[in-house]
Amino acid sequence: MKFASEFRQGKLAQGLLSKIRGASKRPARFMEFCGGHTVTIFRYGIRQALPETIMMLSGPGCPICVTANADLDKAIALARIPGLIIATFGDAIRVPGSYTSLQVARAEGADVRIVYSTLDALRIAEENPGRKVVFLGIGFETTAPTIAASVLQAKEDGLANYSVLSLHKLCPPVIKALLDSGEVALDGFICPGHVSAITGSKAWEFIARDYGISCVVAGFEPLDVLQSVDMLVAQVERGEPMVEIAYRRGVQPEGNTEALRLMDEVFEPCSAEWRGMGTIPDSGLRLKDDYRRFDAEKVFEIDPGPTREPSGCICGEILQGLKTPHDCPLFGEACTPEEPVGPCMVSSEGSCSTYYRYGGGGIER
Amino acid sequence: MSDRILLAHGSGGTLAHRLVEERFVKPLLNPVLSKLDDAAVVDFAGRLAFTTDSYVVNPIFFPGGDIGRLAICGTTNDLAMSGARPVYLSLSFIIEEGFLLTDIDRIISSIRETTEEAEVKIVTGDTKVVDRGSADKVYINTAGIGVVPEGVSLSGRNAQPGDKVLLSGPIGDHGIAVMSKREGLDFSTKVESDCAPLCEMVAAMIAASPKIHCLRDPTRGGLATTLNELASQSNVRIVIEEERIPVRDEVLAACEMLGFDPLYVANEGKLVALVPASDAERVLAAMRKSKYGKEAVLIGEVKEGSSRVVMKTSLGTSRLIDMLTGDLLPRIC
Repeated sequence: MKFASEFRQGKLAQGLLSKIRGASKRPARFMEFCGGHTVTIFRYGIRQALPETIMMLSGPGCPICVTANADLDKAIALARIPGLIIATFGDAIRVPGSYTSLQVARAEGADVRIVYSTLDALRIAEENPGRKVVFLGIGFETTAPTIAASVLQAKEDGLANYSVLSLHKLCPPVIKALLDSGEVALDGFICPGHVSAITGSKAWEFIARDYGISCVVAGFEPLDVLQSVDMLVAQVERGEPMVEIAYRRGVQPEGNTEALRLMDEVFEPCSAEWRGMGTIPDSGLRLKDDYRRFDAEKVFEIDPGPTREPSGCICGEILQGLKTPHDCPLFGEACTPEEPVGPCMVSSEGSCSTYYRYGGGGIER
Repeated sequence: MSDRILLAHGSGGTLAHRLVEERFVKPLLNPVLSKLDDAAVVDFAGRLAFTTDSYVVNPIFFPGGDIGRLAICGTTNDLAMSGARPVYLSLSFIIEEGFLLTDIDRIISSIRETTEEAEVKIVTGDTKVVDRGSADKVYINTAGIGVVPEGVSLSGRNAQPGDKVLLSGPIGDHGIAVMSKREGLDFSTKVESDCAPLCEMVAAMIAASPKIHCLRDPTRGGLATTLNELASQSNVRIVIEEERIPVRDEVLAACEMLGFDPLYVANEGKLVALVPASDAERVLAAMRKSKYGKEAVLIGEVKEGSSRVVMKTSLGTSRLIDMLTGDLLPRIC
């Protein structure tokens, strides 16, 4: 298969691993920002194969996981408006908000539809002219451009019944907030691959420049991740933090300028609440005033009521790399993929779900 | 006359009789079924295996198969996994009002072909029609009985340390084929369902070695879930090697796109066999000679330990393989 099996070859991986083992002298703490990277690391048992000098931490790069309960409650309140259709990407329907989930709302009669593309959501709006369709805009810079494109398309087609609940989050501001908090000490970042395809690797230059932390943009196959660790180790050993790309087939330094233009046309930065991390300035996206008739927050009166956090859940600390799922008293007991308490157990790229599925990172040697 | 199923087709009146006789009994005709008595009376000798399953797959026609072929393969394969030779099946339909008669004919024709292939007879059946909206197009239930040959004793509890793990071919074809045609997910792929009756291969395997310990078909939940069931039933550790597990490029590509792990994607024409090491080569050769086992491979072995499945990755590391947990997969069987 093109672009998958070539990047899973055992012999090349063994070669990279022995190179890393030979090169890594100083103890180093690396964070993989993306949930997708966490999955690869666990699925291929990469943590246990790395030398003891290297410690890997999982970061907040799971859009579902970082969505605050207050925002999930808004989506659920919208779903309960009679006649309204919610269109959403799959994982979002299972995430519990303060009191319930979209999945439960659906069982109780709400019309919640899983789509795989914003174009499907537009089609639903076209086919149901008498009903309002709201797309749940949950995601990072990766999904925001396609949602911006759907708004532009809806405008062009004169679709008056389509709107977006924009809960988008931006990655550079949350990394900055994480580093400014000073709670987690890091020597290197494995920067997100798909987000960087949009933003470009230049988005991470402040990390190396202002915080002296090495950065490598990585793809999602095991060889991609190992190559990025190898490059991070080399930077740490040289003592020269910089931004490098280990994912040239997907990422350019300047990013995808057309996608950035679409985002900029429709959205503007706003402050956003991140689960467990509070409100971070300019870390979210809202629709610009020119597009307010496509903004679900402006189109509908949404009253989600008071929010509540599940007691005992430490998703917030796990997302910041401060704790691991094994530190959580609920993990694997009260909180499982069948009956998740926190969002990190729901999303297929959430740390808790990954730890659960892959048995704590491959206990066996 | 309407070209669709009407509620009256399920009323027990003349329309119902005509439907059953012309569209069900005639194509599937055999001496027992043709009597149309309340129950089939058949001759039987030996140890009996008995199973049942219901089929609700959506869509009902998919690349490489349809709900009819699935209903025959699923039940005969369950019998085969107990070492039995399937002999008789029942066939029951629950049909939504408005269903096309031509689609009934397509399904029955597929059922006929598959029963002939599996050398099994449909000896009794039933048809119900429900109001539009009360069911989704058509559901099928089949129950089956088979005869277990003398000296054969297969069970998920029989695995022994040292057994070799054999897999009859590439995994994930059925799940991906069905999903590729699902509304809202439509993607083009060359993958076809592997849906197939495995009884002929099982008979050949048993002839090659009556000492086979366990057979199981990795349907819903995929290979990972099946191996976990076996490890847990026999209280052993099963170690498999990632690089030995065959997955077609197209299946791998679709899994990457959808975020699935092929280990958890359904199969409908594959089996896993746990066989004493001494007989493994012989059984593998028998599998490779049969129509649905040409790509059979050895993927690992059974070790001492407790109820776990461990996979050696292509990186030389190991990780635990868990059962399938909460997912969003559509109806696939």
